[in-house]
Amino acid sequence: MNTAAHHQIGIEVGGLPVLVHTQDQKFCDQLAKYYAGFVSHSGVARFHFEVEQLAQAPDPGAEISVEVRDGIWSVRRADFTAECNPSAGSAKIRQSAGTHSFDSVLRIIHTLALADEGGFLLHAASALRNGRAFIFSGVSGAGKTTLARMAPSDATILTDEVSYVRRLDGKFEACGTPFAGELARAGANTSAPVDTLLFLQQGPENRIEEMNKQEALQRLLRNILFFAADPGLVSKLFETANKFLESIPVRRLTFQPEPDVWSLIQ
Amino acid sequence: MTETYIARSQAIASRLLGNEMMVMSVIDSTFFSLNEAATLIWESADGCTELMDIVEQKICPTFQVDPETALHDALQFVHQLSQHDILRVSSRPLNEAASVKIPA
Repeated sequence: MNTAAHHQIGIEVGGLPVLVHTQDQKFCDQLAKYYAGFVSHSGVARFHFEVEQLAQAPDPGAEISVEVRDGIWSVRRADFTAECNPSAGSAKIRQSAGTHSFDSVLRIIHTLALADEGGFLLHAASALRNGRAFIFSGVSGAGKTTLARMAPSDATILTDEVSYVRRLDGKFEACGTPFAGELARAGANTSAPVDTLLFLQQGPENRIEEMNKQEALQRLLRNILFFAADPGLVSKLFETANKFLESIPVRRLTFQPEPDVWSLIQ
Repeated sequence: MTETYIARSQAIASRLLGNEMMVMSVIDSTFFSLNEAATLIWESADGCTELMDIVEQKICPTFQVDPETALHDALQFVHQLSQHDILRVSSRPLNEAASVKIPA
């Protein structure tokens, strides 16, 4: 650990605690505000992130790239470079100042850690109702944020943009995330077993239909967030997606953008 | 006519759902959902059975299609999957011959 890093803050999403080390107190304060609700004071960390903030983007013009080589995760975009050693639980991040770049690195590290452990991040909103989690997946414009906005008071929004699915004791669970979409509001930091995965489309009436497994698998894989061209992890993700569909009902939800659609979701 | 042998790549993940094979490249995550006929060819792609034999012995009797049409469709399918390195294609039984280019 670099002893020059004077300040630290814990961030825990999906039960994966990260301790961020930085020399910049202001950055720590920004993270505390951005990840409010997900700040951890336990001092426990699965990963230690050493963050160096730069005045300029470290690799201008670089497209996003995620590589796994000799057990090291290398993540790169114009505004950041990150090297993560998952075995050692350490990562070095060089990034443009601010929370935006850090948030991207954090999301990508979660996709890699989850892939290894039988979970995934999904382009989807999710909500908890009656102790069960409902996941609403769809392309941009399908209605994820709209549905989250119309949620009744007894529903807890876990996210309107990036759903966190992990496998715990052989069962799939959805966790709240700070990874917000248009709602610009972090989800609740809680979790529940997944009840149903619903693929969204807007239409003239509210209805839920069964979906065949082939279409469900195709759509699920299309909406899983994953960037690494690593054969081992991609194979694991494929198996995870199949296991998920074997144990979780998948349906198509057609809805009008009116609150009474929530009468179908319970 | 050049003989064509096909073998499934090692760099794929696959799962049979119903009668359709779901295949994903673990290199570039390209995803294919194979229909029943394509699944039959896929399952027969052992590297040592000639494509024409697969067509005549499995596709034609199962789907009541003439060999010429079936072979044409099979070659198109093989060409598409080989472009994503999901199927390996050779003019001789695989592991002993150079690859051949399937006309588009």
